[in-house]
Amino acid sequence: MSLISITSPHGHGPVSTAQIMRYVLLATVPGIVALTLFFGFGTLINILWSSVIALGCEALMLRLRHRSIGFYLSDYSALVTAVLLGIALPPGSPWWLIAVAIVFAIIVAKHLYGGLGYNPFNPAMVGYVVVLISFPMQMTHWLAPQSPGNGLGFLEALSACFIDPVADAMTMATPLDLIKQNKALLIDDLWQQSPQFGTLGGTGWEWGNAGFALGGLFLLHKKVFSWHAPVAMLVTLALMATVFYDSGSSASGGSPLFHWFSGATMLGAFFILTDPVTSAVSVKGRVLYGALIGALLYLIRVWGNYPDAVAFAVLIGNFCAPFIDHYTQPVAYGHGKRKGDV
Amino acid sequence: MRRLYDFHGGVHPAQCKTQSTTTPIHFAGIPPLLILPLSQHKGSPATLRVSVGEHVKKGQLLAEASSKISASVHAPTSGEIITIEERPVAHPSGLPERCVVLRPDGKDQWGERNPRSDYITQDPATLVAQIRRAGIAGMGGAGFPSDIKLSPRQPTTTLIINGAECEPYITADDMLMRERSSELAKGIAILQHILQPQETLLGIEDNKPEALAIMQAALSNNPADVVSVPTKYPSGGKNQLVEILTGHQIPSGTRSADSGIACINVGTCVAIYHAICLDQPLISRITTVTGNTLQQPQNMDVLLGTPVQYLLEQAGHKAEQRQRLIMGGPMMGFTLASADVPVVKITNCIIAPSAKEIPEPSPAQACIRCGLCADACPATLLPQQMYWFARGREFDKLEQHQLFDCIECGACSWVCPSHIPLVQYYRAAKADIIQLREESEKAEHAKARFEARQVRLERLAAEKDAKRAARKRAAEVRAKTAQTTGDNTDPIAAAIARAKAKKAAQQQATSGTVGEAEKLESAVLSIRKRLTTAEQKLAQAQTDGSDLVAALTTGVEKTREKLAKAEQALAGYQRQNTVKNTTDDMPDPVKDAIARAKARRAAAANRTPAEKARAEINKLEQRLEKTRQKVAQSEADNEQEKVLIALRATVERLDNKIHQARSALAETESESVSK
Repeated sequence: MSLISITSPHGHGPVSTAQIMRYVLLATVPGIVALTLFFGFGTLINILWSSVIALGCEALMLRLRHRSIGFYLSDYSALVTAVLLGIALPPGSPWWLIAVAIVFAIIVAKHLYGGLGYNPFNPAMVGYVVVLISFPMQMTHWLAPQSPGNGLGFLEALSACFIDPVADAMTMATPLDLIKQNKALLIDDLWQQSPQFGTLGGTGWEWGNAGFALGGLFLLHKKVFSWHAPVAMLVTLALMATVFYDSGSSASGGSPLFHWFSGATMLGAFFILTDPVTSAVSVKGRVLYGALIGALLYLIRVWGNYPDAVAFAVLIGNFCAPFIDHYTQPVAYGHGKRKGDV
Repeated sequence: MRRLYDFHGGVHPAQCKTQSTTTPIHFAGIPPLLILPLSQHKGSPATLRVSVGEHVKKGQLLAEASSKISASVHAPTSGEIITIEERPVAHPSGLPERCVVLRPDGKDQWGERNPRSDYITQDPATLVAQIRRAGIAGMGGAGFPSDIKLSPRQPTTTLIINGAECEPYITADDMLMRERSSELAKGIAILQHILQPQETLLGIEDNKPEALAIMQAALSNNPADVVSVPTKYPSGGKNQLVEILTGHQIPSGTRSADSGIACINVGTCVAIYHAICLDQPLISRITTVTGNTLQQPQNMDVLLGTPVQYLLEQAGHKAEQRQRLIMGGPMMGFTLASADVPVVKITNCIIAPSAKEIPEPSPAQACIRCGLCADACPATLLPQQMYWFARGREFDKLEQHQLFDCIECGACSWVCPSHIPLVQYYRAAKADIIQLREESEKAEHAKARFEARQVRLERLAAEKDAKRAARKRAAEVRAKTAQTTGDNTDPIAAAIARAKAKKAAQQQATSGTVGEAEKLESAVLSIRKRLTTAEQKLAQAQTDGSDLVAALTTGVEKTREKLAKAEQALAGYQRQNTVKNTTDDMPDPVKDAIARAKARRAAAANRTPAEKARAEINKLEQRLEKTRQKVAQSEADNEQEKVLIALRATVERLDNKIHQARSALAETESESVSK
């Protein structure tokens, strides 16, 4: 009998990083299904192509950094980045656009900072912002939403990605864009005039958001993250929208529900904000972090130059996270005020 | 129902407790050897009070508490102390420690005991002193000497009896409560008498319904409350149990006693009952022996010092190729480097798991700062941040994040999805910081000493200067007075004259009678020495059959002649002087003795080795006889133990010497016969 020496604790809980990442991937399914229903197979092609490039970049960087490729690829983190970026990019984006975004996300934002866990900024959002600033033309044109099932077919989407870019005629300004550009119409009138608007937010987008919210609730249930950051963000966003609703005038920024169910709100709240690596750590810190991003999101959406603002808001939030951490260190056991102390 | 509070964090690992509670507590028996470390507790090691070869009774003191925070060690059974040496003990470091090794005689004979049931009439201080004598230290795992806990500076408001037993696998306290509830109740009553608390709470996790029911019945006549606390690791941690039961957090850096709270483990309570009412010191404990490589996991009543291997064999251990042996629970216990280490006062559990049951840890992945660790931390720390700081050796930040409030419960490592051994990082960082602190303290000390030395040297130099200046002034004054009085004597010339006179007197003295005698004597001595060496060489040459025998023989003869001459000269001189001296001096006993000794030596020089040996033996025998008489005398006079021991040791030594001398003599005689 040879005795082995291992330090305590002996044994381990059931959770693993790969398991967490698998849950995250699984939770994106409802949202992806919704987007595919309304906008066609573009999103799926985006995801497939970005996954291929992401895994390639990850493997290359691991090799250059002399790390075990198999061991680190199996943490699924590159795949999560690829899927989130694939969802965020407009369906039908050209292959090179996706490639540029992923290369930046994985190589620059992740590995040049030291790999998983060391990156101060959310890699997917860095990739997104890089292409958003570099190629605004391609990035601001979304396919027009169709009735369910009538979106871009698989082969069409494939061709749009690799051969023949999507024609301008097929694209439309997004609802968020419309609200921002609107200077003359009351919100209700605008709503009736534009086919992009649905019941709560944009047609199609509202279903996508609902899908991502559903996935988020699943992750909450699985305790992949705590509720603090997403709830703080959504509440702040709603508060801002309520304050500046201006009873639906032409200067209104849109209703709280509209903001919740448009653009990338739910994707951001449950899949981007909750990236643990780049967010604040303590409970109080996460509330602050979520609220900050919610407020920034509204500010940039309504008064900024870009139609959607999740990426920018999150990156600014990432900047602030260490600062928030510094001021929100929880009170350790035995350091609080004693009961009965004045 | 009592209001309970929750503590932050905590985890719910699989309980794995039922397999060891199927059979009653079983007495493990007396092993062939008991190994008793002198340090089984927090604080300084106990001081040895027995010696090798001594026969001890059960319960006899082996080593005594050496300082305020220390605990005595007693013999778990009767037997002989066969050795006292460094042996591997139950410590994560695996370093050996001083142990008393006892070979039981199988009679299990108690020493004298004075059982009493009248503790209620006794002064608490007397009872605490008895608890200290019994060597009781916290048996829940911490091993803190109980007498310290029971003599708090502040009055105790709440006495908490810890029966939570939150670690998986361990059922020692559970079984103790089930089977020894009346002893435990009596122990609690003794503690209530000593501490006089306003309330007494027995906290038991709700995964032990049997123990809860039994203790409720056993304490029906006692004001103590039996409280069922929710099962969550680490509810049995002292700080956490206090918070659950009282809602109060013990301020960091203070003892619970400072908040008027005493927290005592149930096993310790029973040990205290044994110490007070039965006058039995702490010599055994209940230990859970469990794990899937054992055929019969169970709780055993184990004599302290019993080797782990002995217990494993009793439980039917089928060792795996790479066996993990854990002492303590799976969350905070440590692996043993050897199965020969003994059970000590804090050993509540031994786990021999199969590799399937507790697999080896997976390799650590990157920290994704998921924060599960922070959610699990019962001390409300930020383990993920501390992990970064520990890796970066940012000790200031670690202390700022209250590293030293980490109780090393292992909850963070247990939940970490990336399998990072977080606790290990904190342990290492703590050790590093403590070492740095000690080093900087040392440096401070050295600096202070250096500065003090500088000051001292400066002061000495200043004093010297001052003296010199004073002398100079005095000389000047003298010179002036000499001039004024007209005395022309030069002080330097006078001093030289004084020195010369002194030297002359010395020379006269040495060239006198004493010097002559000494010279002669030393000449005799040195020649005698030369002679002895020459004789030895000759003897050597003779035995070796060397060619030099002839040359050496002449050398010896010549030296002998010289010696005779020198002795004659000395004797002649002495005669002259003695004649002179006797005329005016009384006989001097010292001189006589010296002369006798010289004569003896001279005679001895001419004796054969055998004769010499015989004389030596004679002398030794005489000394032995004298010492024996002294021993008898001292025994009769009831001398102190120390003196007697010393005298007996002398007798033994002399005996040995005589024996050696005799055997040497026998050898020389047989040699000479064979020649």
